[in-house]
Amino acid sequence: MERGEGGNEQPRSGVEGAVRGAAVVFGVTSRVGRELALRFAERGHPVWVGARDQAEAERIAKDIAVRTRVVAISGGFDARAVETHAALVSSIEAAVGPIERMVIAFGDMGDDGRRDPQMLRRIVEVNYLGAASLAELVADQMAARGRGIIAALGSVAGDRGRQSNYAYGSAKGALALYLQGLRNRVFSKGVHVMTAKLGFIDTRMTWGLATKIPIASPEAASHAVLEAMEARRDDLYWPPFWRGVMGVIKAIPEAGFKRLSL
Amino acid sequence: MADWVKRDMEGWGRWPVISAEVARPETRADMVKAVGDSQGDGLLAYGLGRSYGDTALHSGHVVMTTRLDRFLAFDPATGWLKAEAGVSLEEVLRVFVPRGFFLPITPGTKFVTLGGALACDVHGKNHHVDGSFSNHVRSFELLTASGEVLEVRKETHPELWKATVGGLGLTGVVLSVELRLTPVAGPWIEMESVRVEDLDHFFAVSAESTGFTHTVGWIDCVTTGKAMGRGIFMRGRHAPQGIEAKKSLLGRVVDAADRLLDVPIDGPGWLLNQATVKAFNEVYFRKHPRGQKNSIVHYEPFFYPLDAVRHWNRIYGKRGFLQYQMVLPKTPDQRPLREILGAITRSGFGSFLAVIKEFGPTDNGWLSFPTPGVTLALDFPNHGAPLLELLERLDAITVEAGGRVYLGKDARVSRESFQRMYPEWEAWKAARDAVDPKGVFRSTMGERLGLVTPGGRS
Ligand SMILES: Cc1cc2nc3c(=O)[nH]c(=O)nc-3n(C[C@H](O)[C@H](O)[C@H](O)COP(=O)(O)OP(=O)(O)OC[C@H]3O[C@@H](n4cnc5c(N)ncnc54)[C@H](O)[C@@H]3O)c2cc1C
Ligand SMILES: NC(=O)c1ccc[n+]([C@@H]2O[C@H](COP(=O)([O-])OP(=O)(O)OC[C@H]3O[C@@H](n4cnc5c(N)ncnc54)[C@H](OP(=O)(O)O)[C@@H]3O)[C@@H](O)[C@H]2O)c1
Repeated sequence: MERGEGGNEQPRSGVEGAVRGAAVVFGVTSRVGRELALRFAERGHPVWVGARDQAEAERIAKDIAVRTRVVAISGGFDARAVETHAALVSSIEAAVGPIERMVIAFGDMGDDGRRDPQMLRRIVEVNYLGAASLAELVADQMAARGRGIIAALGSVAGDRGRQSNYAYGSAKGALALYLQGLRNRVFSKGVHVMTAKLGFIDTRMTWGLATKIPIASPEAASHAVLEAMEARRDDLYWPPFWRGVMGVIKAIPEAGFKRLSL
Repeated sequence: MADWVKRDMEGWGRWPVISAEVARPETRADMVKAVGDSQGDGLLAYGLGRSYGDTALHSGHVVMTTRLDRFLAFDPATGWLKAEAGVSLEEVLRVFVPRGFFLPITPGTKFVTLGGALACDVHGKNHHVDGSFSNHVRSFELLTASGEVLEVRKETHPELWKATVGGLGLTGVVLSVELRLTPVAGPWIEMESVRVEDLDHFFAVSAESTGFTHTVGWIDCVTTGKAMGRGIFMRGRHAPQGIEAKKSLLGRVVDAADRLLDVPIDGPGWLLNQATVKAFNEVYFRKHPRGQKNSIVHYEPFFYPLDAVRHWNRIYGKRGFLQYQMVLPKTPDQRPLREILGAITRSGFGSFLAVIKEFGPTDNGWLSFPTPGVTLALDFPNHGAPLLELLERLDAITVEAGGRVYLGKDARVSRESFQRMYPEWEAWKAARDAVDPKGVFRSTMGERLGLVTPGGRS
């Protein structure tokens, strides 16, 4: 792991004497993830940011350190390598201290609607298995200390299976269910778990998407997710109109829904 | 494969419009991949599109740099900042002005990227004192056609340096820049403005303004005769500690302007006709009292008066507009400059905004624009052929005088004129062909000026 260097200036807060506990973002090469990490650092949390591309995570850590003068540490991880996750979480806490905020930003829509076994495995392993594994491990650490907030970037696609993206949607939906159970389990231990159900955000995932539906900026999404986390909301739809849209879509009886092309 | 999307691309002048396959890499690895993808029909970096004509346009592959916008290191003891090329000047100011640092050089808009600033080697109001952008850069990382990333310094790669600085994106994609910020006491500028009654008066005031780091003039290019070149001369410097404006009111005005002023739709074609331009010039001149005014102003209105209106380029309507900026070596009688102003007035194509400034000594890239002399920048609605004829005439006067046109604002200079304006173009081309032998990096402007060959192999 490497330490971002914000010039010679004194860090405003750090591992020693930090006012706030650490915030970690898994999947920081997502623009939403990066913005969230920056938001946490702006609030004085030392941050740990991770991605498969460790050099890229390190550039992001440096950026956060220069902008906020807060300690920012980067590391590599793979969501699918669940057997490495326990050691990963320990090493993160050894580097930045007890985790107080955690965001799962990674996700994988798969390629071109492919649903062959390899692709299904990848989609399920990244969006569901990897996310559940990290959430579970971090939730235990938080529960032991009696505080912490966890959020995962889910998707409105997880609210109902549709022919256009049900492999990805079902994995996101499964994650939402998992987090619901986890929320229930750790609530009494002072830990909060939130699912952010995102609509269209202007990132790599939506680049070039031709749609009349409004696309939100990653920055606005990060503010919304952070506020909802701090308010200990159970879920968030962003942009907000998606709550209504999905309410309608979920209400359509299956007998009719299966005939639609959505 | 990066994700390529067909898009119509335009510069700030909105003319011409060129369709391209566009990617917007989110990571450095994806940027490298994108450059690899493009072999064949060429590639060009696109920053914030604040160059005017076809500088940032290309009919093949275009990569947007704005998502690669990380600050990589900052040393407050020296002011050295290392940042990725997609960082905007606005972002640098937002983060560093509160910490007591300012941009060493800034163009008249803060909505440009560091990569764009290097590729056009931009100049500001302090050119006569501080030179252009590249004078404050000690190294940059360049992603070349082979996919290699080079750390380029003047000392280690003298030719690649001179080819890339001001090199219009045609040597590769700049990934990061090391730029030295200037320490300042705060956001305030001590400013004086002087009403100048004619061209001679302008040069006299310019000459006596040595105590100021930043100077620029606005001139009326509608009025002929004795008052030709009348206008307003503005000079300023970063205010020392303890000097500041009454913040509340000004701050509120700036904030309000920021939120409210936008041009959401295209202006009607008649908006900027000869009558409105004439009226504007008259009012602008008259509203300044004879003589001199002193004030303390925030850097926003001083450096970026136009940024307050978000999409002001839409005022010119769908047909777009052309900016013409040239620099002329100084002569005792300023004959070429008078000829140019005369030609413009006679044509009846008044310019809304005519900006004049004296440049200082230079030692920059082979295609860097600034050379010692006087520079004049003018905006013209796109009147089509008659305007293009006028600009040809201005080119002829400029070439004759040993001057040149700014390529960061050009859409139409001929190859012949270009070669006379930039006699070092051959040295530039040799260096560029050495780093990009297959001709991967290409642009509409590069093809027009003979800097690169259409269809590859430069
Ligand atoms: C209102 C206004 C005022 C201006 N005032 C001034 C002024 O006072 N002085 C001045 O010098 N200029 C001025 N300009 C011009 C502007 O500063 C330059 O054109 C600048 O290059 C624009 O930067 P950009 O990020 O928008 O680049 P773009 O317009 O997107 O691109 C410009 C060029 O830079 C290249 N480029 C961009 N990013 C990279 C990269 N990462 N690597 C390699 N090449 C790259 C492009 O290929 C293209 O050739 C002004 C423009 C406007 C709209
Ligand atoms: N954009 C939208 O409209 C939208 C809508 C609904 C939900 N979401 C969700 O929002 C989150 C952020 O996505 P985004 O829009 O920012 O798109 P993105 O840029 O594609 O982000 C996805 C991230 O997941 C990471 N990732 C993929 N597989 C991984 C693995 N095995 N291990 C670790 N990291 C892995 C990617 O990292 P690499 O760089 O290593 O590939 C990337 O950083 C995702 O969970 C996505 O599902 C987005």
